Amino acid sequence: MAHGHNLAILRGLIKFKSNTQKIWGVLILLSIVTTVEVALGIYKPESLMGKVLGMKLLNWIFIILTIVKAYYITWDFMHMRDETKALQRMVVWTAIFLILYLIFILLQEGGYVFDVYDTGYIKRDF
Amino acid sequence: MSTTVVNTGTEGKTWGGGNRPLQASYGKMMMWFFIVSDALTFSGFLAAYGFSRFKFIDAWPIADEVFTHVPFLHGQEMPMIYVAFMTFILIMSSVTMVLAVDAGHHLKKAKVTLYMLLTIIGGLIFVGSQAWEWATFIKGDYGAVQTKGGNILQFVDAEGHRVALRDFAIVDQKDRTAHSKNTGLWFVQEGTLPTYSVEEVVAGLEAHENILVRTQLLDEHGHKTVLSREESLKRVKENGKIVVEGANLHVNEYGSPLFADFFFFITGFHGFHVFSGVVINIIIFFNVILGTYERRKSYEMVEKVGLYWHFVDLVWVFVFTFFYLV
Repeated sequence: MAHGHNLAILRGLIKFKSNTQKIWGVLILLSIVTTVEVALGIYKPESLMGKVLGMKLLNWIFIILTIVKAYYITWDFMHMRDETKALQRMVVWTAIFLILYLIFILLQEGGYVFDVYDTGYIKRDF
Repeated sequence: MSTTVVNTGTEGKTWGGGNRPLQASYGKMMMWFFIVSDALTFSGFLAAYGFSRFKFIDAWPIADEVFTHVPFLHGQEMPMIYVAFMTFILIMSSVTMVLAVDAGHHLKKAKVTLYMLLTIIGGLIFVGSQAWEWATFIKGDYGAVQTKGGNILQFVDAEGHRVALRDFAIVDQKDRTAHSKNTGLWFVQEGTLPTYSVEEVVAGLEAHENILVRTQLLDEHGHKTVLSREESLKRVKENGKIVVEGANLHVNEYGSPLFADFFFFITGFHGFHVFSGVVINIIIFFNVILGTYERRKSYEMVEKVGLYWHFVDLVWVFVFTFFYLV
């Protein structure tokens, strides 16, 4: 791709002068996010242990930060930002839809099996 | 080529062919499609991990207690540090890969060579770390007793710190040796025996007043349940079946064997991707040195393997979250 790269990230909040500079900028961003994740993972602040939508707030934070990282890896390292809308949607929408569907089914089923073990007549602790 | 193409009079129109709605070359597009399908494979594995975890949501091992080791710093408990380092190495090698792609756009052969080399080194460090992580996990550290029901009983002192079997088990000399083909039935053999027998652990537990049993069950604060002294003795004597040291596909001293199974399977599959990525990178690296892409006046091949390499990094970001953080 000899033609230009889109050099703005964070919806144009930060604009880089060259592609190389943008790469280093994204690295810094990813490193910050990873550091935050690791720090939260080690210290596990008590204030983030409350449940939100059936899962600990801390776990939601981890998942959201992961998706943020995934976005920047795909958009800037894999140059998805420079591809056409059609290609972006073909890749992202397909994957997101199928993955959400799969996760919903399997986690739902896993929770059900837990309930059967928990409240049913199956003895596991012997 | 022109002999194989039929003129339809619609050239240049949307459906006339020769139109590239996605503005991407064939190779890159196919790499994207492969990546989507591979992403679905990994999601399948991770979702299956989630399924098993939800199934045993009240007894799942705590990753922070499992992966606490750092090479060369023996005996110190530093959860997450080494995995964070591995993550950083992989992100770094992703960066050198983008830099190689970028240098390729400017047809700078020397720079592409250097960055490809750095990417390969990063990949090798990651795979090496992964192997070390596996070895540590397989070896285990404290040891535990597995009950007839397949649950894991671990040992802690009065303050709740873990106690290793080697620190309290009382070894008697009547130990039996591992059965091998040449000393018994030729068609029967068994694997390595644990260092201690359940009786030795029970004897040690009786002798040490301050040691308690910790079960797999998590309380409402997410900590493992510690039993009272009487209950501890009773549980090990009545239910204890085998001594477990480390983890493999059958048993896991840290808790549910499924945790170990998924760990080996998912990080193994990812590690295999990293390994094949390194091999592909090496091939492309030599092509760069030989000047193949210089003559072609296009480094698109570097870009395509770069896509694969970034994908491997992308998968690791998710494996990191779901195995080590959540």
